[in-house]
Amino acid sequence: MASLKVPATVPSPSEDAEQLRKAFEGWGTNEGLIISILGHRSAAQRRAIRQAYRQSYNEELLKALDGEISGDFERAVLLWTLDPAERDAWLANEAVRKWRPENRVLIEIACARSSGELFAVRQAYHARFKRSLEEDVAAHTTGDFRKLLVPLVSAYRYEGEEINLTLAKSEARMLHEKISDKAYNHEELIRILTTRSKAQLIKTFNHYNDEFGKPVNKDLKSDPKDDFLAALRATIRCICCPERYFEKVIRLAINGLGTDENALTRVITIRAEVDLKVIAEVYQKRNSMPLERAIKGDTSGDYEAMLLALLGQEA
Amino acid sequence: MALPLVTEECEAVIRAFSGLGGLGVDEKALVSALGKWRRQPEKRAQLRKSFVGFFTADGSFERCEDDYIRYLKNEFARFKNIMVLWAMHPWERDARWVHHVLHKPLPLDIIVEIACTRSSEELLGARKAYHALFHHSLEEDVAYHVRENYSNLLVRLVSAYRYEGNRINKEMATSEAEALYSAIKTPGVKKLVENEEVIRILTTRSKPHLRVTFKHYKEKYGKSIEEHLGDELCLRETVQCLDSPPKYFSKVINKALKDGADKNTKDALTRVIVSRADVDMKEIKEAYHQQYGAELEDVISKNTLGSYRDALLSLAGQ
Repeated sequence: MASLKVPATVPSPSEDAEQLRKAFEGWGTNEGLIISILGHRSAAQRRAIRQAYRQSYNEELLKALDGEISGDFERAVLLWTLDPAERDAWLANEAVRKWRPENRVLIEIACARSSGELFAVRQAYHARFKRSLEEDVAAHTTGDFRKLLVPLVSAYRYEGEEINLTLAKSEARMLHEKISDKAYNHEELIRILTTRSKAQLIKTFNHYNDEFGKPVNKDLKSDPKDDFLAALRATIRCICCPERYFEKVIRLAINGLGTDENALTRVITIRAEVDLKVIAEVYQKRNSMPLERAIKGDTSGDYEAMLLALLGQEA
Repeated sequence: MALPLVTEECEAVIRAFSGLGGLGVDEKALVSALGKWRRQPEKRAQLRKSFVGFFTADGSFERCEDDYIRYLKNEFARFKNIMVLWAMHPWERDARWVHHVLHKPLPLDIIVEIACTRSSEELLGARKAYHALFHHSLEEDVAYHVRENYSNLLVRLVSAYRYEGNRINKEMATSEAEALYSAIKTPGVKKLVENEEVIRILTTRSKPHLRVTFKHYKEKYGKSIEEHLGDELCLRETVQCLDSPPKYFSKVINKALKDGADKNTKDALTRVIVSRADVDMKEIKEAYHQQYGAELEDVISKNTLGSYRDALLSLAGQ
């Protein structure tokens, strides 16, 4: 369930654009006004506001924002205001340019989206970066990571619920065989993870657990320092249980000393219109503390206010 | 007993039955023979004695060859097939062709052809149609059913969503031409068709970019990359389809019309004409003329029959 709260009656896009313009006028910026508008509009509404702003003032709203606000707050507002597909394309491009084996963004985009959404990201990527997503991922990654990530971002998985039990059994056994041999980058393992439908994979993983007594992710923990194994585990979790996966990303971002603002911003802006409410519930159960309180404790100022708005706090 | 001279009349009917080569059957000529030979069973008897491929003497009469009946089934069906394919949505056509070759022991070049000569949106459409028709993803079935060493190449080709703009990075095209040369000339542990760099470049770069890369390759190394690929058939076909679909399709058509072509090769004629009629038929005719010194329409006219011929010429004509 989405956490985003949109008021029952919403001003017209040109009224919103005018208010935003007012927020920029003169010295200083009215951040609260920015949050109260943008933080409570759906993707379609935000798109309409951007268009209205462009028509009225001959300037891109995002460019204007860039000049007015900064830091983590700016990143959150910028990412939030973009269309979901544009946002993912932007995050994917950043991940590709600053590629590191611990980076999970590409896996999240490829696996915690529907097939149609992933394709929309690929289209947005063409439009914005004049190259294909898979071309950039292939050119900036190597070895096992390339073998896994290129097929993941290129997938157009079947989305039906039909499953083939016999296949689930045989592919569970195949996974077990390759994992036992520590052949983690084996073609068959990659083939199964990157082409089968999500329903089929979930059945396969269930069967794995039934037949071998351990969830597949436990068997992929043999070396805690191995980044590729971590990537495989993240792939499986994003496919099977995205809410639990994202709760963990948030938890690791907030808990302990320091905060990983980029990770926190990423999860909140990409899931606010999807299932952030559920993720917040999972967080509360796991950490015995409401997510809002944790965020209040770990962030401050306009950045905090923006995140809380997206979590559903009333304007 | 000496074989009877084949009369002109008989020869015409044999030709109409696709007995002297050519694709399709001449329906009009066959129907006309029905009328002309009414109440003349001796004419039909003469036909059966003259038509060696179709009939064989068996004791006191001539019976049909089973093989030829099967052959005729295909030849009569050419018109039906072209019409049905023509009416079908292009996405469904492509999805069905891929599914067909994955589930029967047939050559897989159709997969390369579809993955590389369709636009990015058309390829996406074929993948959508594949979902709807077969309840699997296209790449899932290719990955599962293709076990040869070019499996990975095919999966990546069908999964591509290439950028379609004209923006090219010249330095990258140059360095990738060099990378391709180096991969081809340096024998590795794995076969060339499994080489990661070759696959990366051929399956992810945009087509305009690849054409510049291939051009640069030829300028720098004196020979086209195709020539250097030698007998790497899968890679050669990939390069041909990406570089110039009209040249590739004109070759396919030429093979289909050659004597002794097998069923599958002949079927390609229908496939190419139907799928390219609205795309690049003009360029294919030009390429055909350049490569073989003949007009495609003339060659089709000479080598096909009946309604099938008329359908082809309607699609391939001006």
